[in-house]
Amino acid sequence: MQKLTRRGWLTVIVMALLAVLPPVFYLTGNAFYLDLATRLTILAIAAVSLNLILGYGGLISFGHAAFVGLGAYAVGIPAYHWLYYSWGDWAVNGLVQFPLAIIVSAVFALLTGIVCLRTRGVYFIMITMAFAQMVYYLIVSIEEYGGDDGLVIDTRSELPLINLDDPLQLFGLSYVSLLVAMLLVRMIVNSRFGMVLQGAKGNEERMISLGFNVYAYRLTAYVISGAMAGYAGALLGNFTTFISPEMMDWSRSGELMFMVILGGVATTLGPVLGAVSFIVIEEILSTITIYWHLPFGLMLIGVVLFVRGGLAGLLTGRGGKDD
Amino acid sequence: MKKFTTLALAASLMASTAFAEPVKIGFVTTLTTGAAVIGKEMQQAANLAMDHLGGMAGDTKLEIIYADDGFAPETGKQATDKLVKQDDVDFITGFIWSHVLLASRKSALDGGKFLISANAGPSQIAGKLCDKNFFSTSWQNDQTPMAMGEVLNQVGVKSLYIMAPNYAAGKNMVAGVERTFSGEIKGKDLTKWGADAQLDFSAELAKAKASGADGLFVFYPGAAGGAFIKQYHQAGLKDVLPLYTVFTVDGLSIPKLQAADFQSVLGSRSTGAWDPSLDNAANQKFVSDFKAKYGAYPSNYAAQSYDAINLIASAVEKVGGDMSNMDAVRAALKEADYASVRGDYTYGENHFPVQDFYLREVVADADGTWTTKVVQTVYNDHVDSYAADCKMK
Amino acid sequence: MDLSLLFIQTLNGLQLGLLLFLVASGLTLVFGILDFVNLAHASLYMLGAFICASLTFVLGNFLWAVVVSLPITGVIGLLVERFVARPLYSRDHLDHVLGTFGLILVLDTLAHLIWGPAGIAVPLPPWLDGQIQLSETLVIPTFRVLIIAAGLAAAGGLFWLVNYTRLGMLIRAGASNRTMVSALGVDIQTLFALVFALGAMLAGLAGMLIAPITEASIGMGNNIIITAFVVIIVGGIGSMKGAFIAALLIGLIDTLGRSFLDDLFKLFMSSEAAETSAPAVSAMLIYIIMALVLAFRPSGLFPPRTR
Repeated sequence: MQKLTRRGWLTVIVMALLAVLPPVFYLTGNAFYLDLATRLTILAIAAVSLNLILGYGGLISFGHAAFVGLGAYAVGIPAYHWLYYSWGDWAVNGLVQFPLAIIVSAVFALLTGIVCLRTRGVYFIMITMAFAQMVYYLIVSIEEYGGDDGLVIDTRSELPLINLDDPLQLFGLSYVSLLVAMLLVRMIVNSRFGMVLQGAKGNEERMISLGFNVYAYRLTAYVISGAMAGYAGALLGNFTTFISPEMMDWSRSGELMFMVILGGVATTLGPVLGAVSFIVIEEILSTITIYWHLPFGLMLIGVVLFVRGGLAGLLTGRGGKDD
Repeated sequence: MKKFTTLALAASLMASTAFAEPVKIGFVTTLTTGAAVIGKEMQQAANLAMDHLGGMAGDTKLEIIYADDGFAPETGKQATDKLVKQDDVDFITGFIWSHVLLASRKSALDGGKFLISANAGPSQIAGKLCDKNFFSTSWQNDQTPMAMGEVLNQVGVKSLYIMAPNYAAGKNMVAGVERTFSGEIKGKDLTKWGADAQLDFSAELAKAKASGADGLFVFYPGAAGGAFIKQYHQAGLKDVLPLYTVFTVDGLSIPKLQAADFQSVLGSRSTGAWDPSLDNAANQKFVSDFKAKYGAYPSNYAAQSYDAINLIASAVEKVGGDMSNMDAVRAALKEADYASVRGDYTYGENHFPVQDFYLREVVADADGTWTTKVVQTVYNDHVDSYAADCKMK
Repeated sequence: MDLSLLFIQTLNGLQLGLLLFLVASGLTLVFGILDFVNLAHASLYMLGAFICASLTFVLGNFLWAVVVSLPITGVIGLLVERFVARPLYSRDHLDHVLGTFGLILVLDTLAHLIWGPAGIAVPLPPWLDGQIQLSETLVIPTFRVLIIAAGLAAAGGLFWLVNYTRLGMLIRAGASNRTMVSALGVDIQTLFALVFALGAMLAGLAGMLIAPITEASIGMGNNIIITAFVVIIVGGIGSMKGAFIAALLIGLIDTLGRSFLDDLFKLFMSSEAAETSAPAVSAMLIYIIMALVLAFRPSGLFPPRTR
């Protein structure tokens, strides 16, 4: 049994609080805070997935919200057909919808990744955004699924043993999914695959000269990351029961990036800390004033200027890397 | 003896405060982005209604909680969720945008709240998705453009080009004018809407002109309205392609157009269910007090919000502040027994107002301020086209 | 197809393209020389529009307002450079994106606080408010011609500046090799500040020119900034020629898409579906172009020779 480091303890404490506090709020009559926690947990999954490529892989994707949106529509569109075109019950079965969300996002990641990963630096940032915008406008153009107005889905995914209409169970599923996502990313990062990915971030030529096909490694990571974000999207669709192209707007991708940076890139806990702080601060500020974007923007600038290594670095007194 | 009276007073105070648990109204509107110009006015009107009511509905205290929808359905839904779950309001009102209302509808109604739209009137909610706990103090989206369609027939317009934003209400507005207009539709453009809405219409205006239509029908609410009018005039279309609008030349865009000295907007015509010139006591009080307090004519958004608060207050007063009996509250709402600024109206089966629609014209008032006045009544007691689809449960 | 309509739409596309060029040229300057991703370029565009709109009412004339607003936006650019951009030069692009995204939120909200949510309509002098009759059927608004003229003038001015002045020489040198420029003993900090202010003025000018058409409104820059990024990526970062060609290309594609795509779509789908999907697909077109360009030329059409 490995002895827990300071950061390990922090992870355990944060994750324990995240598991305990929301149900307590719910049971003491503050249902809204459970909702907030569920949203935050789902976005944390998306942030964790982004961290895999952004933090460990050094691939700054500015289009990650597209995967989330695709995942949500993979739930919404079958549900819509079930409701209005009498598709069979399989269309609202979670065991169909969730895999569908993962597959759709993974395929999209594969197809766009093939093109995007040929570019470097800012070109990569912008081309990932371009693909996200394409999906955004594609959905806007489909009148059938509500276009800009979005799609209200009246039925949540049906899963064995779990009833997603119960907010507590939905939160539970999201929370467990987050844990699995964190573990998965940690396993990937600590594997040989992850070493190559991180090595390529530091010195691409060196990895290539060592005989690694860096492009293939990156593409694989990109697809895994997209698939995870798609899964988060499926959860998000179930949570909000309302899906709109707005979910994939470039500013949403920016928010996911900010969560990762705020929490600390290339750390296990960072994206979670980032998502928690982001949502909580947004909630508090927007309750105080409708001009909350002002202090929020100032905070953003402040974090970028002064906080190296994000909150995870700040809280454990060391910047940057995981131990 | 003195001690006894204080005690009695305290007791009676306690009794009245215990009884006077305030009734909370959640008000969802747009307070950020450029569209906040509408939300701000709705907020002003709701506050004016509260002033006039003294913050009370009979013996019950009223309280309004404002929430921002950020001009986006998803944000609007989140705001509604919070009002339902956290603030536990009794009524949810506001709603400028049809797509925001459609997204938020389920949260409010499933949460057991009354939903009162002060502006948006999407066809779905008037028809298949109608609900016993939903009421409107505005109109169904199709109605105002339907009235305009009738006017177009009367003035002898034979062919029409149509422009509207591409969202729920835009589509309804187009459907409305197409339903009553008997001439030919030469072309149509639905443009991008939302926080990143398209505001430069050069390509569309060129198409409209080239189509050779007799007239141009547009629906561009809020800030987009002023921008559209400017470009229409800059393109020199005034004599070539006469403009007919709904919710575009209104109390919000007219002051800006006057500030920019845009003379050609005078005489421009539009239809609507309300106008500042309507001759009834409630309206005169509303318009003059609104002008005195905020320094401008109210628009229809303000009028409908003012009505929404007064409708709610009338129902709360009728049930004596007892919100536990939802059937009684609903019955009271359905009576529409309050002094509406549009004059008396009744509620149809789908809980949309059955009301008159007018043709209005932009004029300068006695002080030289530009405003609108009623030219003609187009519809009397008009029932919307979706009411028949409503199977009220 | 109606030829005169095609002609008008081409002019409209040209006008949009030149406006895009004004925004994109500043962006590509800052990007190419300072290697700084400035999303807040959008806010400078918006501030240009608002300041010019307010000054139009103070000075009574739109053109004077433009003249006075230009240096003001330049100064705002200098402030942004000093307090936000400069500390971030040494960081990676991620920090640039986030820092300037935060700046957008701040400046948008400040504009809301200062000018209110309503936006400002800008009155034009009568001689600019009319139309020019080219032929019996060809009429274009005078002001749009002015935008085209101003855009071309700015492009010419920039071309001259970049190719025939000492500053331009440094800019070109900086775009291809930054360390060499500083090794030459040039005060790199001043050069950077100047370039940033120039970019701010160009963005501000674009905002001023569009204000009489769309009004000055909150968040108005957030639409155009993403398109401007597409322009400089397609053109090749740091290349003025690339930005110019890509801007015109994208302006034309966008406008012609909006004008003719729905007719095209009606050939194979219901007119109802064509009407609603055409605008979105035409908005998508520019991203498709960008993806195609990058798929075949990963550094854009005209990448500066060495980096």
